[in-house]
Amino acid sequence: MVTVIIFLLLFIKLANKEWKNEGFLNFINLLLVINLGAGFFNIPTGNLFGDMFRTNELLTLEKNLLNLGVLIISLQSYHWLKNHKHAPEFYMLLLSTLLGMFFMISSNNLLMFYLGLELSTIPLAALANFDLDKRRSSEAAFKMIISSAFSSGLLLFGISMFYGSTGTLNFAELSTKLDGDPLQIFSFILLIAGFGFKISDVTFHLWTADVYEGSPVSVTSYLSVISKGAILFVMISVLYNVFAPMANTWYNMIFIISIATMIIGNLFALRQQNMKRFLAFSSIAQVGFILVGMAGQSVAGSSSVIFFILIYIFSNLGAFGVISLVSAITGKENMDDYKGFYKTNPLLTWVLAISLFSLAGIPPMAGFFGKFFLLLAGAGKGNYSLIIIAALNMVVSLYYYLKVIKYMFMDANENPIEKIKSNWQPKLAMAICVGGILVTGITSGAYDYIHSLFK
Amino acid sequence: MNLSFLIILPLLTALAILPFKELKQVRVIALIGSSLQFILSFALLYFYWTERSAGNTATMLFETNYTWYATLNINYHVGVDGISVAMVLLTSFIVIAGILVSWNVDKLSKEFFFLLLFLSVGAYGFFISLDLFTLFFFLEVAVIPKFLLIGIWGSGKKEYSAMKLALMLMGGSALVFVGLVGLYFNTNTGNGQHTFDIMQISGMNISPDVQKLFFPFAFVGFGIFGALFPFHTWVPDGHSSAPTAASMFLAGISMKLGGYGCLRVATFLMPDAAHQYSWIIIVLASIAIIYGAFATMMQTDLKYINAYSSVSHCGFVLLGIGMLTKTAITGAVMQMVSHGLMTALFFAGIGMIYDRTHTRQMNQLGGLMKVMPFISTVFVIAGLCSLGLPGFSGFVAEMTVFMGSWQNADAFYRIATIIACASIVVTAVYILRAVGKAIMGPLTPTLSMNGEGATDLRDAQWNEKWAAGLLIIGIVAIGIAPFWLNQLIGPGTEVIMQSIEKVALFK
Repeated sequence: MVTVIIFLLLFIKLANKEWKNEGFLNFINLLLVINLGAGFFNIPTGNLFGDMFRTNELLTLEKNLLNLGVLIISLQSYHWLKNHKHAPEFYMLLLSTLLGMFFMISSNNLLMFYLGLELSTIPLAALANFDLDKRRSSEAAFKMIISSAFSSGLLLFGISMFYGSTGTLNFAELSTKLDGDPLQIFSFILLIAGFGFKISDVTFHLWTADVYEGSPVSVTSYLSVISKGAILFVMISVLYNVFAPMANTWYNMIFIISIATMIIGNLFALRQQNMKRFLAFSSIAQVGFILVGMAGQSVAGSSSVIFFILIYIFSNLGAFGVISLVSAITGKENMDDYKGFYKTNPLLTWVLAISLFSLAGIPPMAGFFGKFFLLLAGAGKGNYSLIIIAALNMVVSLYYYLKVIKYMFMDANENPIEKIKSNWQPKLAMAICVGGILVTGITSGAYDYIHSLFK
Repeated sequence: MNLSFLIILPLLTALAILPFKELKQVRVIALIGSSLQFILSFALLYFYWTERSAGNTATMLFETNYTWYATLNINYHVGVDGISVAMVLLTSFIVIAGILVSWNVDKLSKEFFFLLLFLSVGAYGFFISLDLFTLFFFLEVAVIPKFLLIGIWGSGKKEYSAMKLALMLMGGSALVFVGLVGLYFNTNTGNGQHTFDIMQISGMNISPDVQKLFFPFAFVGFGIFGALFPFHTWVPDGHSSAPTAASMFLAGISMKLGGYGCLRVATFLMPDAAHQYSWIIIVLASIAIIYGAFATMMQTDLKYINAYSSVSHCGFVLLGIGMLTKTAITGAVMQMVSHGLMTALFFAGIGMIYDRTHTRQMNQLGGLMKVMPFISTVFVIAGLCSLGLPGFSGFVAEMTVFMGSWQNADAFYRIATIIACASIVVTAVYILRAVGKAIMGPLTPTLSMNGEGATDLRDAQWNEKWAAGLLIIGIVAIGIAPFWLNQLIGPGTEVIMQSIEKVALFK
């Protein structure tokens, strides 16, 4: 609840006056830090709004992770927002989506969940349009609003049929009334489809690449990390708790979806030339790996998913941080432009390299531990074919990550990206990411804490 | 003695390099660090020796066990037996020699030495791990530095080779991963938990069906690292494109990761399956030996010659493991050490020649003995060791493998052994031809035209002399007094044999 109050504060502040952009950005970053810090103290548990809203330590942790991600993104977009006319609106929209996600994570009722989902999606479409004078950006926003409206429609249809077959929308009551009859399975499929659009798993992934490419980098990173992370958190609590009676049904679904997502995400990522598109497809593949862990159906499974999302926030945002900086200062987004990057910007290259290694799952980066535990959890049900496919997919994914590394370190370029000077804000964001990547895996504290929250 | 120093020391050295920019500072730090490693590994040998002669018969010595991920029962568990000590010694020889021969790498020298040292962290960690997770962690740590080393500082079609090597090795480790996870879920520590601990798993009776399922994953996975036929194709490309020090590390350390893994993880933990599949291993190893030897005959590039001959020589390691007798496995370990030193020496010699003549083509070289006697002698010694001349380590190791193989009375094993023996003749052909063409005879006139002429063809510098000297001392020591090495690894192979024979008794 602390977080909610702070957000209200933010909105009031924003509405009040127009400041100079730079001062404003620093101020809002400070507020985000306070917000992040506040999340760690005074962790309430309980229900609100007539059992619509609940919170406990686990959910608070999930929200804190999102807060951390938003803070990093905000720091990273400093250069982009500095010269943007509508920076306050950017934060209004951004934070209202965040609020939506918090409602979604804390929801104890399918309706509440739907409300949060919509609150988090519609402002995002506006955000995708935030490069106001670029055509691609409006195209991205349009694609996003259409596809998300469609997925919301499916989701709502599913929810209404659940109500029809069980007579309740409350999570706790719902789980006692589920018996896996065909109508429920059908509505469950619609529900999964709704989830699928948001996390862009395969068969629902087609909007991702265009939207990611068209949106401003900050919004892209927000879409690929925060918004996916939030939905995955919800998926864990919904699938593991509410739909526990239908575990066998959804196990098969997740199994097939995860295999398809890994393979197709990887195959598409192999051929990409635009850095944002490349990360878009690689993040589709990452979702596939996350679903492997989710298919484990154990405490190890759910805690490894949350652990991986923590690492994924660091790694993906580290990569996006560099790309966002390069794009804001030079406007270059193609992979070819990154040839010879090491000669001019060795430090940025290492940040990007470390993030990519972490995404690829190379020790001693945290990504190695994250992936190892995901696959370990996935194998826990004795399903070795799943992890064989996943392990081979890791090799495929390594190819395209190494391709970027090769461009940066080994290839020569006649006009490489010039030396980039940035303010301290993006540097701080990158330092957080790299620090997170290096520390989270080697020390076991984070994983143990997450594990201890599942009883 | 705390074994973690073996990991911490190279890591600290690597980190200490980072603040500096100049080649002169960087290389001095790297040399100091690697010398300390060298001393440390001899200290380890000394302590190990005193413990053993004091009557300590524990399987593993100097064990350290920290809980890492408690909920998954993952521990940081290290300890050594004789085999590990031998491999640690090998690594420290190669690291110091590798640092010495890269004395003049002036392109991105900081990064170069950092990656070399980082690779050695992975190697040391791998050889002393007693927990499958720790082992796998260090195995993967050792892969990516190789990609960068080859891709940035290599020659020829370096990017292709680097990518091929990285993907094949990661494919190998993906298979290893499946094998390890499969083992993990079939262990039971009594309270419903699973374990990655090697010593605990070796004490459990994993059911033969499980072993049969996961042994191929683990063995083939490690086999890719150790150039198992038909997954050896990264070896020639990777070795020939790599810079000298990286070639030495690749052949001397990385390929040994594979052999050691096949022995310690696959064979030791899954002895039933090892019996089942031993005939396949023997067939593949024999093919590798004879095919590698014949493929070498067709090569004209010196590095390719050594790379293909490595395929052949590493075949002996796998052959020894596949034979499942004590002598053969001892031979396999000896061959790992011997081949590591010998190939490193060979690559060092080739690297020195290439630095001066700018060619590695055999027919463009000739008469080098006249202008650079020291380097030529190094080359000849490496060659003679490679073809198994008595007095050098190669002879001892190969002989032990053959003796061990012959202990299996079956005709099948005998035929495999004969094929393997026959390869030595082929080895002699290509080695002697290479030595004859490149070293002997009159000096090729075109050589003195390259660069600034004949003045460029100076003999070895002090650093190169030291590097070669250390490796030669190692080779000759094993060749003349093989019983030292034999005694060192004896208890280690004994434990592995107990695990293998336990199965044989049931049959």
